[in-house]
Amino acid sequence: MSSKLAKIEKRTAYLLILPSVFLVFSIILFPIFSNIWISFKNVELKDLRIPEPRAKKLVKSINDNPTQIKIIYKLRNSSLTQEITNVKFKDKYPDNLEPTNLDNRCQFKSNLLMCKLGNWPKKYRENLEIVFQNTNNQEISKKEIKSYKPKLSGKSQNILLTYEFTLNNFKKVIKDKAFIDLLSTTFYYTFFGTIGAIVFGILAAQMVNQKFFGRTFMRSVLLFPYVAPVVALAYTWELLLDPTSGTLNNLLINYQIIEGPINLLGQKYVTLNILGFDFKLRLALTTVIIFEIWRYFPLAFLFILARLQAVPKELYEAADVDGANPIQKFLNITLPQILAVISILFMIRFIWNFNKFEDIFLLTGGASGTRTLPINVYQQGFSIGDIGMGSAVSIVIVAFLLIFMFIYFKLLGKRADEN
Amino acid sequence: MKIKNIFTYCLISSLFLFSLICIWKILVTLQGIELTNFNFNKLFTFGIILCVINLLIGKKFNLNIKITTLALLFSIFDYFISINLPIWYSFGIFLISLFFFNNIKNYDKNFLSKNHSSQKLSFNFLTLFGITLFSFVILFPFYMMLVTSFKTQALLLLNPLDFSINFAQGLPELFKSYFIVFKDYNFGRYMLTSTIVSLGTVIITLIFAIPAAYAVARLNFFGKNFLSTSILIIYLFPAIVLVIPLYTIFSQLGLRNSIEGLLIVYTATTLPVAIYMLQGYFKSIPKELEEAGIIDGQNWLGIIFKIILPLSLPAISSVALYVFMIAWNEFLFSLMFLDRPNTFTLSRAIQFLNVGAETPRQYLMAGSVVVTLPILIIFVYFEKYLVSGLTAGSVKG
Repeated sequence: MSSKLAKIEKRTAYLLILPSVFLVFSIILFPIFSNIWISFKNVELKDLRIPEPRAKKLVKSINDNPTQIKIIYKLRNSSLTQEITNVKFKDKYPDNLEPTNLDNRCQFKSNLLMCKLGNWPKKYRENLEIVFQNTNNQEISKKEIKSYKPKLSGKSQNILLTYEFTLNNFKKVIKDKAFIDLLSTTFYYTFFGTIGAIVFGILAAQMVNQKFFGRTFMRSVLLFPYVAPVVALAYTWELLLDPTSGTLNNLLINYQIIEGPINLLGQKYVTLNILGFDFKLRLALTTVIIFEIWRYFPLAFLFILARLQAVPKELYEAADVDGANPIQKFLNITLPQILAVISILFMIRFIWNFNKFEDIFLLTGGASGTRTLPINVYQQGFSIGDIGMGSAVSIVIVAFLLIFMFIYFKLLGKRADEN
Repeated sequence: MKIKNIFTYCLISSLFLFSLICIWKILVTLQGIELTNFNFNKLFTFGIILCVINLLIGKKFNLNIKITTLALLFSIFDYFISINLPIWYSFGIFLISLFFFNNIKNYDKNFLSKNHSSQKLSFNFLTLFGITLFSFVILFPFYMMLVTSFKTQALLLLNPLDFSINFAQGLPELFKSYFIVFKDYNFGRYMLTSTIVSLGTVIITLIFAIPAAYAVARLNFFGKNFLSTSILIIYLFPAIVLVIPLYTIFSQLGLRNSIEGLLIVYTATTLPVAIYMLQGYFKSIPKELEEAGIIDGQNWLGIIFKIILPLSLPAISSVALYVFMIAWNEFLFSLMFLDRPNTFTLSRAIQFLNVGAETPRQYLMAGSVVVTLPILIIFVYFEKYLVSGLTAGSVKG
């Protein structure tokens, strides 16, 4: 009896899960695996369009003879690179029409014109002409003939489904001189973006955790940058930072803090003189990181605030009795309490910043030294149009991601053990 | 009383006052008023003098009289060193200094001789300063977005620092950019598309996720543990590694430039987090309720609809709001999949405005307000649900 129930339970469970599993498999897992397939292929954006046989139908009346009509089909292969084999053609005609000169590839049977047009090489073009005669000698309605559209079908080789593989994409990715630069930019961006977001998250959480007027309002305001759409925010920042008509530059010039405008998003390096040493700061990258921190510190704030509110008040009271000062209280009570949250947060944010695409794309488009791996996927795949290369870069990202995930789940497991 | 404490007290208080004044001055500059100097030396020194006076008076007088007098003194001083400024500027200075002296009114010699008083003081001021600065830095871009949409191209180029809104010009003139954005740039249509896509994603995701989450939370089956860990792993895979294969597949299937294609992708990408959030909540519902349902002769469907769903409405609404937010804000897939204007979502349309011909910035900002405002209103109104959704689902972002 119980085994029967268990069986029913199992069957219901699979039934309930199956739709989700199927959807996630086909839209997330399958693409990840097909990335591997594509990355070993020499595919370009223009190869993606499946070659199609096309026909344009022209209807022309013949002079002095309203009972006859001439049809011209302008046939062509839409692809400039591939052949279409076994092209078939089908078109419908109104009643009482008979062809007078039928091409030997075609047949006319019960109002249907059917042709087997064979193989079309690339860039193929042909005009197929047929004259029709009305059997009951009435005038032919052009409109009715035009209302039918010819249907064509043919087979072509799909470049994605062939078994030709190449290692060239990966060779190009790794041998590229800019690859090291790409990696270092990505890590620089990811690391400082993550650290910055967490530091500001701690500061904000520490602030909001105290009692003051308008605290709940403050909490909502702090989350605004995270909730609002990235497109709107990125373009607002772009206007704000614009060198000629941007608010920030004009404000700084107005108060005589800087002499001339600085192109914060378009200048790759800026030389800073600190204590007599010249530092080369990556300006555009730093600006993008600041935007990143501005947008994502709310998340760290939310996590840390939740943890801070769970810290027992007695700990602080005991510390007051012991005569601890605020810094000691923060270092010895608050920090150890939130350390676990911070480590988890760091890993999650690290993984997500590593894959961040929209923010950089919208602010700089990857120019002036802000090209990271995700931006490179887009540029290779869609700006240059080399889908295979784009996939190869994606594979590099997935490889790094797997390493980070391994560390992350180790960390999660360790934390679960501690609790 | 330690000399060090007095020193830190004066320095930090005066610095705090000065930074508040700076923020006020920046705001005033942005109203188009000419102001080119912070007057650091004079204001800072005078601030220190007033702080010392405040300390010396201590609690000898009525505190309210004390702070009002000090604030008045400070604003009169500021009025004399800055020239030709409107009266509301000085009034602002008066209010700020009133707020400041109200904060330091309780400090006297006794307080400063206590342990750690200088550190406590610094922490207090840091908190206050932090709150002001954080609100300023966060709200300023939003403020700029809104005000820019109310201005005209000529005014914007004439004085990029003038962010005053001229209400005298009448409402039609004020909202001109919005009329143009909706009429000439077709934003009504994009807004409809965005709404359909976001609501559609929410509904389909819930239809898929609720049964699956219930199964993961309650039923025993082979591969359950594997499934629940893989949900999290799948969730961590970013859109950028899916984009090329999906693009190739969707172009060959003819699913690009269609709302259906977008709906499929959005649903699939939000599904893992929805299942993850819901199953956590379902586990917290007492099992006895379901057992009672089984005794009453309910089948699994009945249990889900009559017991689980009504009990977990808060969790479902927070999942729904979170998914709505993700779908509304999504950019990468809409950039990849949509290139015909008749299928654009709002985000894609704004990007198209920016990349295309020289679009005047007030239209761009009006478009940005149109896409930002609904989500902010939803956020403020349903904050409780959305915050719990964000916390649970915030592994992604």
